[in-house]
Amino acid sequence: MAAYAVETPRVGFFTDTSVCIGCKACEVACKEWNKVPADNQGLLGSSYDNSGELGADRWRHVAFIEQKLPVGVEGGAPDDLVAEAARQNLVEEGLDPHADEDGFRWLMSSDVCKHCTEAGCLDACPTGSLFRTEFGTVVVQEDICNGCGYCVVSCPFGVLDQREGDGRVWKCTLCYDRLQGDMEPACAQACPTDSIQFGELDELRERAAARVETLHERGRPEARLYGEDPDDGVGGFGAFFLLLDEPETYRLPPDPVVPTRFAGSVWKAAGAAAVTMAAGIAAGFLGGRR
Amino acid sequence: MSPREKSLVPREKPTTYYGRPIVKPPVWKPEIPFYFFFGGLAGASAVLAAAATFADRPALARRAWAGAFLGVTVSPLLLIKDLGKPSRFLNMLRVFKVTSPMSVGAWLLAANGGATTVAAGLNLLDEDRRGGPPEILAAALGAPLATYTAALVTHSAIPAWSEARNEMPFVFAASATASAAGAAMLTVPADEAEPVRRLGVLAAVAEEGVSALMHKRLGSLADSYKQGTAGRFEKAARACTLGGAAAFVASDPALPLPLGRRRRSALSMTGGALLLAGSVCKRWAVFKAGFHSAEDPSQVIESQRAPVNR
Repeated sequence: MAAYAVETPRVGFFTDTSVCIGCKACEVACKEWNKVPADNQGLLGSSYDNSGELGADRWRHVAFIEQKLPVGVEGGAPDDLVAEAARQNLVEEGLDPHADEDGFRWLMSSDVCKHCTEAGCLDACPTGSLFRTEFGTVVVQEDICNGCGYCVVSCPFGVLDQREGDGRVWKCTLCYDRLQGDMEPACAQACPTDSIQFGELDELRERAAARVETLHERGRPEARLYGEDPDDGVGGFGAFFLLLDEPETYRLPPDPVVPTRFAGSVWKAAGAAAVTMAAGIAAGFLGGRR
Repeated sequence: MSPREKSLVPREKPTTYYGRPIVKPPVWKPEIPFYFFFGGLAGASAVLAAAATFADRPALARRAWAGAFLGVTVSPLLLIKDLGKPSRFLNMLRVFKVTSPMSVGAWLLAANGGATTVAAGLNLLDEDRRGGPPEILAAALGAPLATYTAALVTHSAIPAWSEARNEMPFVFAASATASAAGAAMLTVPADEAEPVRRLGVLAAVAEEGVSALMHKRLGSLADSYKQGTAGRFEKAARACTLGGAAAFVASDPALPLPLGRRRRSALSMTGGALLLAGSVCKRWAVFKAGFHSAEDPSQVIESQRAPVNR
């Protein structure tokens, strides 16, 4: 498959959404550094999210999710009372940036290309435009991309898209140029709360595991890592997340699997169908031979 | 979070993000379903033509070779139109990747195009040709050319496509065979039409049978094939395909129907046209179903929470 041993250690992002404040500095920094064209200028009516989704012209995207929490103790079972009390204390201690007394919380999360270990886009690319860099990241070479769009439907996360008027596909490069210059990616540098952390993947995973433990200790059992497991359906993400709700709440697939995992049955069925077709057509001539 | 731990925050809507899609819908233009059709027509016609050549039915062989040649000529033009410029097609011939049905298909199309052109040329020039390696090669590359386009869509992250991976190639194979039989029937003389008629009926029945099986196995994901534009194409495909098969049966001289030669011929031609139309509609139904499925985030979520097919 797509992964191969590299000399330089694999790098990536750990996006800790529990400290994201939704400032969108990452979106702006990404656009500026990578000269990504402007896209949607209007209002989408989805909280403070007016950029919609990742695509050819948006390589970081901040999601805003508004959730109502039950106020006080209404109808709560005994352990809900305890839980609610614990949460209120957290708010008073200033440990919970997204919840306040009126029972409302915001989830904010900066989404990005996952730079999968087994990358569907890379496997699907028929030109070799998509490749794995020496840093273990996945990058599109725009001079080779022919705009076939196969990577678009092969990405389980809907990251890649075709740029209008250009026809080619564009996505996060994890700032390949900056990495080569020994600089951290623009979004990570711009992030004021270190919600976006850049570094060697192994070290990020350790850091993330410790962070989840801390959050659990502080009474946030809903904190969970997403994409850090090398045994998941894409072999682990190069850019993984700490989430405070189910992945689908953030527009993330709950259990993504790279299409290549099913390549065996795909080709088997296509081959069997081809043989059946040829045999069927040949058989059509047996009865009526002159 | 372990199942025993209870979330502090009760599960609240939205379980999707403002109902927005999780996977991207295809960026493919209308050229692509037509390419699926012409690729299928080319591939199945090459097999049909080779079989006719070896079975010593020169009149049928020449017409089927012409159909195959038409298919492999139109196919790359459609792809190039979708890509935007010719040089972009060539970019696909700089690598060969078995992990990419698109890559395998580009090579299949190029190789089959060459073989079919040679075989078609030889058969059109020499009426008494008995068949040889070019015909075998064109047929051997033609069969996968007709089915790889199914692999192209099922090797994807779109649930209604991906979860149909075991059945879709058979739908495409049957649809391609029906289109090749339909095209051949439009031009073939009545005395060589018999194998074409048989094939057309068999393929039409197989197409509808396998489609029904595919929808059944897809469970709720099959909605993508039954609703909206895809559903309309699916219905049209069924009507045309079964109508074409019925016309083929009715026009069979072996049946004691009180039809004159001219009526019989008109009925055969109508059946051929219906099979072709049915094949086009079938590819459009599959194409549109992919958009419907991609645009529905709950399909992605449900197919991953409770996999149909792993």
